[in-house]
Amino acid sequence: MTKSRLRFQSGYPKGMLRESLGVAIKRLNPFYLEKNPVMFVVYIGAILTTLIFFYDIVNNSVFHEPLWFTASISFWLWFTLLFANGAEAIAEGKGKAHASSLKALAQEIMARRILENGNEETVGAAELRRGDIIRVSMGEFIPSDGEIIEGIAAIDESPITGESAPVIRESDSDRSSVTAGTKVISNSLLIRVISNPGESFLDRMIHLVQAAKRQKTPNEIALQVLLVGLTLIFLIVCATLVPFALYSQSKISLTVIVSLLVCLIPTTIGGLVSAIGISGIERALRKNILAMSGKAVETAGDIDILLLDKTGTITLGNRMPVELIPFEGVDIKDLARAVQISSFADRTPEGKSILAYIQKNYGNLIQERVMADCKFIPFSADTRMSGCDGDSVVIRKGACDSIRTFVEKNNGKVPSNYSKIIEEIGLKGGTPIAIAESNTILGIVYLKDIIKPGIKERFQRLRAMGVKTIMITGDNPFTARTIAEEVGVDTFLAEATPEKKMNLIKEEQAKGFLVAMTGDGTNDAPALAQADLGIAMNSGTQAAKEASNMVDLDSNPTKILEVIEIGKQLLITRGCLTTFSIANDVAKYFAIIPAIFIATIPELNVLNVTQLSSPHSAVLSAIIFNALIIVALIPLALRGVKYRPVGAKSLLARSLLLYGGGGLIAPFIGIKLIDMFLYQVSLI
Amino acid sequence: MTVTGWLQIGLLFLLLAALTKPIGLYLYRVYQEPCPFKFLLPFENNVYKVCGITKEAQNWKEYFFSLLIFNLVGILIVFLIQICQPLLPLNPLNLPSVPWDLALNTAVSFTTNTNWQAYSGETTMSYFTQMVGLSWQNFVSASTGMAAFLALSRGLTHQETSDGEKGVGNFWVDLIRSVLYVFLPASLIFSLLLVSQGVIQNFLPPLEFITLEGAKQSLAMGPVASQEAIKILGTNGGGFFSANSAHPFENPTPLTNFLQILSLLLVSSGLTYTYGKIANSQKQGWSLFVVVLSLSILSASFIYYFESQPNPLLNHLPVNQELGNYEGKEVRFGISGSSLFANSATDTSGGPSNSAYDSYTPLGGMVLLMNMQLGEIVFGGVGVGLFGLLIFVIISVFIAGLMVGRTPEYLGKKIEGREVRLAILYIALYPLLILLGTAWSILTPYGLSSLYNQGPHGLSEILYAYSSAAQNNGSAFAGLNANTLWYNLSLAFVMFTGRFMSIFLGLSIAGAMVNKKILVASAGTFPTQGGLFCFLLMGVILIVGALTFFPVLALGPFTEYLYLLKGKVF
Repeated sequence: MTKSRLRFQSGYPKGMLRESLGVAIKRLNPFYLEKNPVMFVVYIGAILTTLIFFYDIVNNSVFHEPLWFTASISFWLWFTLLFANGAEAIAEGKGKAHASSLKALAQEIMARRILENGNEETVGAAELRRGDIIRVSMGEFIPSDGEIIEGIAAIDESPITGESAPVIRESDSDRSSVTAGTKVISNSLLIRVISNPGESFLDRMIHLVQAAKRQKTPNEIALQVLLVGLTLIFLIVCATLVPFALYSQSKISLTVIVSLLVCLIPTTIGGLVSAIGISGIERALRKNILAMSGKAVETAGDIDILLLDKTGTITLGNRMPVELIPFEGVDIKDLARAVQISSFADRTPEGKSILAYIQKNYGNLIQERVMADCKFIPFSADTRMSGCDGDSVVIRKGACDSIRTFVEKNNGKVPSNYSKIIEEIGLKGGTPIAIAESNTILGIVYLKDIIKPGIKERFQRLRAMGVKTIMITGDNPFTARTIAEEVGVDTFLAEATPEKKMNLIKEEQAKGFLVAMTGDGTNDAPALAQADLGIAMNSGTQAAKEASNMVDLDSNPTKILEVIEIGKQLLITRGCLTTFSIANDVAKYFAIIPAIFIATIPELNVLNVTQLSSPHSAVLSAIIFNALIIVALIPLALRGVKYRPVGAKSLLARSLLLYGGGGLIAPFIGIKLIDMFLYQVSLI
Repeated sequence: MTVTGWLQIGLLFLLLAALTKPIGLYLYRVYQEPCPFKFLLPFENNVYKVCGITKEAQNWKEYFFSLLIFNLVGILIVFLIQICQPLLPLNPLNLPSVPWDLALNTAVSFTTNTNWQAYSGETTMSYFTQMVGLSWQNFVSASTGMAAFLALSRGLTHQETSDGEKGVGNFWVDLIRSVLYVFLPASLIFSLLLVSQGVIQNFLPPLEFITLEGAKQSLAMGPVASQEAIKILGTNGGGFFSANSAHPFENPTPLTNFLQILSLLLVSSGLTYTYGKIANSQKQGWSLFVVVLSLSILSASFIYYFESQPNPLLNHLPVNQELGNYEGKEVRFGISGSSLFANSATDTSGGPSNSAYDSYTPLGGMVLLMNMQLGEIVFGGVGVGLFGLLIFVIISVFIAGLMVGRTPEYLGKKIEGREVRLAILYIALYPLLILLGTAWSILTPYGLSSLYNQGPHGLSEILYAYSSAAQNNGSAFAGLNANTLWYNLSLAFVMFTGRFMSIFLGLSIAGAMVNKKILVASAGTFPTQGGLFCFLLMGVILIVGALTFFPVLALGPFTEYLYLLKGKVF
């Protein structure tokens, strides 16, 4: 607790706390509080006790309670409200601060809008409308979210993602969208503006952290209903206690009844529920996730199945060579040299990684002389080969069946173990690439998918959470199975096409699962929309983003795990604080009931188990505890209860023990301590 | 406390556990479509034909509407029978027409399965009224409870289908099957058993005879056994005689006493197994059984313990109090036979009595009150007991779901705002009826004038009346003259609302749940079975009950107990 308190304080600059306090006071108006029925009851109670206080000043205490007592109760009731409002304001302030810093970037930028006659005019970013075409050149900031309609450029997205390496954005590709506030560092782009001011993803996100504009999520509504129901029950209990007391010849003052009511109704969770919801969104925002709605974050916690693209998520983007396999009679050096020559013109990621591999393991094997009289042939999708045609040599590198055809056409011989080696590599989940010189096959390059470090542990964590993972890959089933087993995903979809992906999602949904997926391309859009939770990469196309519930500014597909945790945390925090709040009531009964009847039924003092010093002190201590517990729990509400991927049962057992058991015991101790303090300072 | 006493308690719950499966299985089969028991099928089909019942599934609104109409008509008929009593046959004593307020109260009471009796049966109701009006309602009110449960369980468990809105069953079929296959045959067997032990069944006028002391006495007669069996099996509780099951003609021997205690619990207990079958997971059913069984054993033990304590006021008298508080108890049943009966009568919404609950020790009486105030879900009334327990399950699942970080789901169906609202209203309904009713009565002269006792005991008596009425229990703390205009009408209202408002809310939940998609459970889903869930459910039941009634119980029975220790009585 101390540790978190420290972090809490260090995380909030003084100015912000003061600002939050201002907001908290401003929100003490009935129209605002009405939205939160539990706190509204406290509000009515505070007004009542305050009125009684003033009435008692004038009329000499007709309500049978000393003035100082009524004053103290009123004072603490107002504080209870302030604390609840303050919690909300702090959460809101944090979220807004983060969102605004992102947003501020785009505000000041000037844009060059292309007019219909082809001329350019310079306008402020705020004047741009959806559909406008703008030009952004090297060194300029992009003024608005948009889609590239012409050009290719390197873009620095570090203001938003914090990632310093520039990224390439290009028209008519899966990486055609740009975000406001990022900077073009090479070339020039024509961009179509895709949102009006105030409607961008960021703007929507800012709404989600504003208490007044925020839509309550379904789960939050359900919880609210439960809290209102409990409040109703306690209203009946407290209201009927007056006649029961009268029958027992005791008179209860309105101040005490109001105190009992406020103690019993779930003010702890009622006061913090809004802060919890806002901080859930804020935590997502801090991880650079833009959620389209609070509901999306909640849904994340319920996900049963996660579809993950193999490439880029499970494995590093491209395959790496791990071994050169020469055929009989071929020197490995010759093979390496041939591979090197053939890869010069291969601009595919594989080609580049092969080149790097040879350079690293064998050094530069090519004489300048060879280079000079070589005509390099780049890799093409038609031939599926690359290589070079020289005077002395013809070298090809490529897919195994293409090379076989190539050699056979030149009347060469295919080694007898050619097919066997290829098959073996395939079974191991690798990709074989063959090298031929003239009419001889020299050997095979064994390419392998390199699995991202730490991904295996992530899948274990997911399994413990109860989330099933499905790997999506274009590979053949053999390769797919090997990788699936290696990283520990539950199952896989091989030779995937967009239709297959879509069908898989629909199938799983029909079985009653909630499915999440990440995607970036335009052809992912239908699947992203179909999935219960779709997360689009910020680098992806506009279509993909529009179809999703969330956009990841960092374009990091594994971040979905954190999103799931945030979603779960949100619910857990609500559940634990509700349990805590309700469990607290037991101790409060033991404090207040004997205090009420001490004069007429002194025998009931046996219920005063913690031996509170006096009836007034007992009631006041309970009210003070009730207010302070809100403050004490603000850091927890903002941070969220820690989520442990241990399965539902042990999670519940833990939470019940901690927040149920703790909720029963804590107020006994807390109220007693406050009572001792009040007694010591002789307030009572 | 004696060894035999504890043995009787142990034997009861052992037998109950053993019988739960066969009875539950039978009940499950009875409501299957087509019904596998062919012996009454032709008769059943004729009933449908005559009444024009199609066996089509109804949606929850149609189902509730049928249920309500049927019961409103029932109230009207029973009311009219009482009013027209002098004109009807089988009235050897020529009993007059029942006053309208008492008739209304009784009609509502028997229709709602409460069987609160503000009258003495032998001197108010003719044999015709008892047999045709009251016994008939005993059968159909119990069957109504079964129907309500069936509809809710279907709502919670039905698979989503493509053909639009799904029904929750057909009320008329559920009702008729319950009467034909469950309560009629069971009552027949049970009443023969009772007759073998000495329960009477005749249409004779009261026997007049001269006692040994020479005094003239009249001994009430009547068709007792037939009403006795359904009174117990259908958790009705309305006695033929005012003394209820303390009367030797209703409950003559320790054996009939034991059988009555057991039979009160049987159907409600069996239904937990039936529910397991319906939910397609026996563990679900057994978990609910374990929860109510544990709570029932707990309360039975407490009552037995408190009743075995001597009355401190009698300590200075030459009275042997070794066996405990015998005031108001039948010696032939003993402390354990009485405590156990009282526990079953208040745990289920049966509410018969074989002893004077008013004379229980303050804390023993408090446990009886709490048994009712927990919501009549610890076994509870036939059908409606489990019905109510499922509402508590929904609330527990909602809280548990939040605590494990998943949108709460029960049997694969999501629990959302609407269900939570209905469930919490259901739970709030009873404190509203009980506390407001009690508060109103003690604030008014017409409420207080019925009290024979003052102080905390008086509060307990009124609280008991409203708790019993709202929860449709029907047992009474004597010491309150309930046959006044105020109590007849206010209790009738409380009984009616407690019965039909709760069924309305529960069936709304069935309607909201029936069309929901069933999601598959994963490791992240909280299992609604097993020890942890039982523990949680028990916690929710006890905490809700305790938080709601803590103040009034503290002022009533608990204060009385504290006063008693100081020798102060009321």
